[in-house]
Amino acid sequence: MHIRMKIWRQESGQDTGKMLDYELADVNPDMSFLEMLDMLNEQLLEQGQRAIEFDHDCREGICGQCGMMINGRAHGPLKNTTTCQLHMRSFRDGDTIYIEPFRATAFPVKCDLKIDRSAFDRVIQAGGYISVNTGQAPEANSIPIGHPVAEAAFDAAACIGCGACVAVCKNSSAVLFTSAKVTHLVLLPQGEVEAQERVRHMVDQMDAEGFGHCSNTEACEAECPQQISVLHIARMNWEYNKAQLLKK
Amino acid sequence: MGQWKQKTLTRKNWMAFTGLFLCFFLVIHLLGNLQLMLPDEKAHLQFNAYSHLLSGNIIIKIISWVLYASIIAHVIYAVIITLTNKRSREVKYHYDKRGEVSKWYTRNMGLLGTIIFIFLVIHFRDFWYVYKFGSLPLDEQGHKDLYKLVVAVYSETWYVLVYVLCMVALCYHLLHGFFSAARTLGVYHPRYVQWIRVFGWIYSVGICAGFAWIPVYVHFLK
Repeated sequence: MHIRMKIWRQESGQDTGKMLDYELADVNPDMSFLEMLDMLNEQLLEQGQRAIEFDHDCREGICGQCGMMINGRAHGPLKNTTTCQLHMRSFRDGDTIYIEPFRATAFPVKCDLKIDRSAFDRVIQAGGYISVNTGQAPEANSIPIGHPVAEAAFDAAACIGCGACVAVCKNSSAVLFTSAKVTHLVLLPQGEVEAQERVRHMVDQMDAEGFGHCSNTEACEAECPQQISVLHIARMNWEYNKAQLLKK
Repeated sequence: MGQWKQKTLTRKNWMAFTGLFLCFFLVIHLLGNLQLMLPDEKAHLQFNAYSHLLSGNIIIKIISWVLYASIIAHVIYAVIITLTNKRSREVKYHYDKRGEVSKWYTRNMGLLGTIIFIFLVIHFRDFWYVYKFGSLPLDEQGHKDLYKLVVAVYSETWYVLVYVLCMVALCYHLLHGFFSAARTLGVYHPRYVQWIRVFGWIYSVGICAGFAWIPVYVHFLK
């Protein structure tokens, strides 16, 4: 395959950055999107140019590190897929592909396609944990938590924090991410104890980071690699309203 | 800023409360207006008597103040929310296809809302203002003749057309607004979410079809 690309290049956080044109020949359709970028980087290094920086780690679709806007969509044209699980067969020979970093004020660009997602870490630090030591993982059959509840909590816990929900949201809202953690912990007896403080602190931090409001367009669920349900957002709203009403 | 700054979720709650109150008002307003569809003579006197009843009642007066406050608060919160959202992404995407994964009307509530707001200005000027502060002739029961005014206004073809188009905008606004309000207030049970979606569809289409049908009916048959 012969691929043309327009890629966002930015030296540092202070730099303004711009879209630059690139071309790559002999791309194998079975390459992952990141492998294609590796190939482009090798070509750039051979030409003595600076390589394109992008986030990646496991390349198995489970870590949530990789993430970029590909042809105007978070993680590319497929729904519910990470960038590393996108393959070049999803594109056609001769295509021009636009590649940009996830954009949000709360996710400043560090360099090229690499962004700083530590705003998510601070949201978790604000309450996305259980304060007491719950010990090692106990024998599953000995915990008094029904299977459906455990499954529901796990569905929420599946969020990998990639940031696609923020990137695709017209308001750069982080409610899908925050609500997944709130729901995950409120469903379990260990997490229920701190439920009210948790939701208030996490929402406060989410606002402080500069994420926008939720307009319930549900674009986040469509792009989420883990298919985190938007119903978690409703659950968080419920928990938040309850916490505000019962606040002492 | 800081201390008194409201949380994003609190603002959305106010959007939901005011929006749902306006949804409730639309039902009452439509039921009242349906009296225009009665046979000519009966509609004339009954509609004027109904308007007179509403304008004199203290409870209705209180509700009308809540209504004005709701409209204003809904607009002000919409502006605050939109401005905050704009700040949340300072650098725009160069190539943007995000629209593929959500419905157009969910992304354009502000635009639809602006159309509805302009419509409200016209609507208040032509009926509310004239009834409250203008000089309308009296009907045979001694009530202000709002019915004649309605028939006269709706005899204009362009006016009916604007009305119908604005009702289409309202329909899409309600379609997302009603559902979105329920989510903001925290309805998370899948079964009730489904019910609300279905009810929201029936409500939005029903209300807007009713409001659009009245001027068309009056224009052609009165």
